[in-house]
Amino acid sequence: MSFLPYAIAAWICLVGLYGIVTSRNLIHLAVCLTVTQSSTYLLLLSIGYVRGGGPPIFAGVALGTTAVDPVVQALTLTDIVVSVTVIALILALALDVHHTSGTIDPDEMGELSG
Amino acid sequence: MTRRARIGVFLAAGAALGALLLWAYAGLPGFGHYRGPYGFVLNRIATPERHVTNVVNATTYDIRGFDTLGEEYILFAAVVGVVLLLRGRSGHRDAGDRVHSDLVRAGGTIMVGGVALVGLWLVAFGFVTPGGGFQGGVVVAAGLLLLYLAVGYRAWSAAGDERHLDPLEAIGAGGYVVVGLVALAIGLPFLKNMLGGGDSGTIWSGGSASFVNWAAAIEVAAANLVLYSEFLKQYIVPIARRRG
Amino acid sequence: MIATLAPLQSLVLVLAALGAPAVVLTRDPLRMIFVNGLYGLVLVVLFVVFGAPDVALSMLVVTTVAYPLVILIAVARVRDRE
Repeated sequence: MSFLPYAIAAWICLVGLYGIVTSRNLIHLAVCLTVTQSSTYLLLLSIGYVRGGGPPIFAGVALGTTAVDPVVQALTLTDIVVSVTVIALILALALDVHHTSGTIDPDEMGELSG
Repeated sequence: MTRRARIGVFLAAGAALGALLLWAYAGLPGFGHYRGPYGFVLNRIATPERHVTNVVNATTYDIRGFDTLGEEYILFAAVVGVVLLLRGRSGHRDAGDRVHSDLVRAGGTIMVGGVALVGLWLVAFGFVTPGGGFQGGVVVAAGLLLLYLAVGYRAWSAAGDERHLDPLEAIGAGGYVVVGLVALAIGLPFLKNMLGGGDSGTIWSGGSASFVNWAAAIEVAAANLVLYSEFLKQYIVPIARRRG
Repeated sequence: MIATLAPLQSLVLVLAALGAPAVVLTRDPLRMIFVNGLYGLVLVVLFVVFGAPDVALSMLVVTTVAYPLVILIAVARVRDRE
């Protein structure tokens, strides 16, 4: 069972990519991208998990108590907050596309022109 | 490429990628068997050395402070991108929609203060208990957003005014760098923690990393408010046109 | 404590594994906001049982306020023009 979290991280990554490839709506596509992104959170936290470890917070907890890796958590929590601004940027681009081409279906946009 | 062909290509590529990922993950230590050493070392030294009980935030704002600086500027750049794309596209016009229930208005206004206070508390005690500038900043911004939900657009537009949000965001982004430069100026490495650790387990812990924490909080809160402001203008103005 | 946590971790992992396709296969963006919020809350619980309250807090505020707001407005804006 110790492989289950990794397997699920891979699964979520592929599911998100499937959504991106088959998407007919740029807003849907942006959300699928965040699903793919969430697989990295799961992967990182799984790598840093210590069997029987508590959170790496020692307020009222004796120093030396088994705790999980704080580094992967630091990476993950900042990325989650940053991901909001990134999805907002993608959605703003989608609105821009909608403004110029009148559609947000990637299949209907036709050829890109410079 | 037809849709069917594209899905076919994806299924082949996805199967290959999945196999590659599983093969790579199989080489990792099993779940729960983290080998370290960084996590173990940090959990040991962060409290005695940096006087910080929340090791995650000691990592975020102090030990890996330079990395978080990069993260903060990704956020900053993304918000600048949103502003460039959206601002000025729709003329700012008051939609005049407001909440008419006195109960919702009163309760909502109280909650604005309550939620914003929770956010500030999360920032202030970020080095003690779970919290910190990134999460607290988002909570503060969410609290102010309640002004729109509970009172109306006019009340929100005072909080979401770009004339004070833009400078605030710049102060947050710039302040982070300034804390690092002060360390350089007195002959220490960039972003090196100064001022000693303070008393661990209290609001006065973390040394100069607490300034980094607050700079990140200001940056994140202002960035989120700018986003909400720009997106709400996209929503409000079309409605106003429809009515007008 | 370890032995009692492990089944809970497995359960939340399975929920996350089911939640991701639920989000992706919801093709209507408006419904997707709702399903994505549920998936986000599953991740919040997952982070808690993985010993990461800071990350859970981060995900909680993002998934309940920020994601829905920006997606909802993008949907409203597109529908308005159509």
